[in-house]
Amino acid sequence: MTAPVLSVRRLVKEYGEGDAKVRALRGVDLDVERGDYVAVMGASGSGKSTLMNILGCLDVPTSGRYLIDGADVGELDEHRLAVLRNRRVGFVFQSFNLIPRMSALANVELPLAYGGIGRAERRSRALAALERVGLADRVHHEPNQLSGGQQQRVAVARALVTAPALLLADEPTGNLDTASTRDVLRVLDELSVSGRTIVLITHENDVAAHAKRVIRLVDGEIVEDRRQAPVDGPPPRPAEAAA
Amino acid sequence: MSPYEILRFAMRGLLANKLRSALTTLGILIGVAAVIMLVAVGEGSSRSIQQNIQRLGANTLTISPSFAGGGRGGMGGPQQAGPRTQARELTLADARALTDRSLAPSVRSVSPVVNGTAPAVTYAGASHTAGQLVGTYPSYFEATNKPVARGTYFFDDDVLAARKVVVIGQTVAGELFGARDPVGEQVSVAGVPFTVVGVLKEAGSTGGQDADDVVIAPLPAVQQSLTGFGPLDSIVVQASGAAATEAAQAEVTAVLNQRHGVAAGGAADYRILNQATLQETVSEATGTFTVLLAAVAAISLLVGGIGITNIMLVTVTERTREIGIRKAIGAPRGAILGQFLLEATLLSLAGGLSGVLVAYVGTRFAIAGIQPVLVPSSVALALGVSAGIGLFFGGYPANRAAKLRPIQALRHE
Repeated sequence: MTAPVLSVRRLVKEYGEGDAKVRALRGVDLDVERGDYVAVMGASGSGKSTLMNILGCLDVPTSGRYLIDGADVGELDEHRLAVLRNRRVGFVFQSFNLIPRMSALANVELPLAYGGIGRAERRSRALAALERVGLADRVHHEPNQLSGGQQQRVAVARALVTAPALLLADEPTGNLDTASTRDVLRVLDELSVSGRTIVLITHENDVAAHAKRVIRLVDGEIVEDRRQAPVDGPPPRPAEAAA
Repeated sequence: MSPYEILRFAMRGLLANKLRSALTTLGILIGVAAVIMLVAVGEGSSRSIQQNIQRLGANTLTISPSFAGGGRGGMGGPQQAGPRTQARELTLADARALTDRSLAPSVRSVSPVVNGTAPAVTYAGASHTAGQLVGTYPSYFEATNKPVARGTYFFDDDVLAARKVVVIGQTVAGELFGARDPVGEQVSVAGVPFTVVGVLKEAGSTGGQDADDVVIAPLPAVQQSLTGFGPLDSIVVQASGAAATEAAQAEVTAVLNQRHGVAAGGAADYRILNQATLQETVSEATGTFTVLLAAVAAISLLVGGIGITNIMLVTVTERTREIGIRKAIGAPRGAILGQFLLEATLLSLAGGLSGVLVAYVGTRFAIAGIQPVLVPSSVALALGVSAGIGLFFGGYPANRAAKLRPIQALRHE
C-alpha cells in the first residue's frame, strides 16, 4: 500500500493566551489515501476550518505532525512551503478569493506563473483547466463579471491547474445557490472520478453525500469516520446530480 | 519567476487601479516639482542680486566722511564734528592726492562727488524731482558702470570750464521728455539752466532705489550753482583691476591717514566701502536666503514624502488580502515583495520624472520678476528622496504582509 497523500498525527491548534485560550483542535489523527474524496462535517466552531487551513499549509499547528506525500510540513522553510502550496495543494475558498480586476484566465495562470512555467504552456494549461470546469467561453471575464458559481469554478480551475496531489475545498458551496452548487459538485465529482484526492468542508448533508468518506468533527475532535464508497471506486453520486 | 514576469505583475497591479496610481504619481510630482522650483527661485534671486551689485560698478572703492557724531557732513563743516575735533572733511585736495602714481599705483581713476538733494528738474513746463543729483568728474561714469545710451558723457574740458551740461537717467528723461530725444535740450535744475548732453542706459532699480532717477553734472558746475564750494560727499576710486582692490584700499588708507593726521590704529574720519567686500557680504546674505528657501523646500519634500508614505501604506494594507491569496496559491515571498517594490519604484519614478519635467518647464518662466535657475543637485535630491521614501514605505508594509502566514493575510479586512 502506498503512503497516504495526507497524514496528520495528534494535531493541536490553540488560539489566544491564558483565560482567553481556545483549543480549536484537540489532537486530530487523520490519514487520507490517494484518490479518496473526504467530506469534513461539523457545526461552526468545531474546528473544521482550522483543520483545513493547516492541511492547506495556510496556518501552522500548535503541535502535532503533518505529512504531505510523506514530507513533514513542519520542517519546511518559507520557500519550500511556498513551493508546496504551489505544486502539491490546490485550495478552494468559500469566498472564492479570486484577485479582482484580473481576468479568469490570468487568475488561473497565476499559480503556474509563480511555479515558473513559461507563458505558452501556462496559457494552454489554464485554458484546459477552465474548459474542464465548463468556462471556456468566459476566460476573459473579470471576477465581478461572473456569477458566484462561475467564480467558484474559476477558483476550482485555479486550484487544479498545477495538477496538485491534493485538492482542498473550504465550504466551496457555502455561498452558492442550488444550481451553482450542483455545477461545482459535478466538477468535483468528475475530478474524483479521474483519480484526484479531494478533501472538502461542508455542513450540508447533500454535499457530504457526494463524498466517499465522511468525517464529523465536534469540539476539535473526530467523533465519526464513515466510509460511503470504496477509495478506488467512483463517488456515490446522488440521483439529482446524475440527472 | 523571472524579473520580466514580476515587472508584468507590477504593471498589471498599477493598471488595475488607475485612479489611485495617478493620484500617487501626482502627489510625488508636486513634491518633487515644488522642491526643484523653490531652490531654482532661490538661486535665481541670489544671482539677480549679485548681478545688481556688479552693475553698481566693479573694482571700486567709495570713500565717505565718517564722524563719530553720526550723520553726513553737509555744508556745516568741522564745527559739527563731535568728539573728534580734528576730524576733517574730504576735499578736492584729498582726491587729487589719491591720483599720485607713486603713492597710489593701484588706483586707476579718482572721481570726487558732491550730492545735491532731490532737485526739481523742469523742461518746457514739465517738472520732475530727481532722486539724486551728482556733481563729479567724467571718470565717474566708468567707475560706477554707468554707460550712456544716447548722446555722450561730459568731458574734462567741461569740468575745467565748469560748463552747465548734464547727463540724465532714463527715469528723468522719460518724465520730462517722454519719447522725444532730450540730447541738446535745455533743462533747468533747481532753477539753473543745464544742457542735456547724454542719457544713461537703463540700470534698473536696486533695493527700492531707482538707479535711473539721477542727474549727473560736472563737479564745479554743481558747486557753483547749486551746492556751494563745500566739502566732498564722497570720492569714488576705481582700482586698476579686480585683484588690485585690496592694494588700492591700503594705498588710499595710507594717503588719507597721512593727510588727515590719523595716527596708526586711531579712528579714521572717513570710511571706505569696498565693492568687492560688499559683494561678498551680500553673497553671504543671499546664501542665507537660499538656505532658507531650501529649508522651505525640504519641508515641502517632507510633507510630500509623508503623502507618499500614506498612500503606499494604505495601498499595501488594502491589498493584504490579495497578498494572502497570492501566498495561498504558492507565491514565494520574493515574488510578492518584488512586485510591490517594483510598483512603488514605477510610481516614484513616473511621479519624480514628471515632477522634474514640470519644474524644468516652470523654470523657463520668470516668477515675480525673478528668472529661476535650475540647480542640478536639487533635482537629484528631490528625485532621490521621493524614490527612497516610495521604496521604503511601499516595501516595508509589503514585506510585513508577505511575511504573514497566508491565513493571517487572508483574514485581514
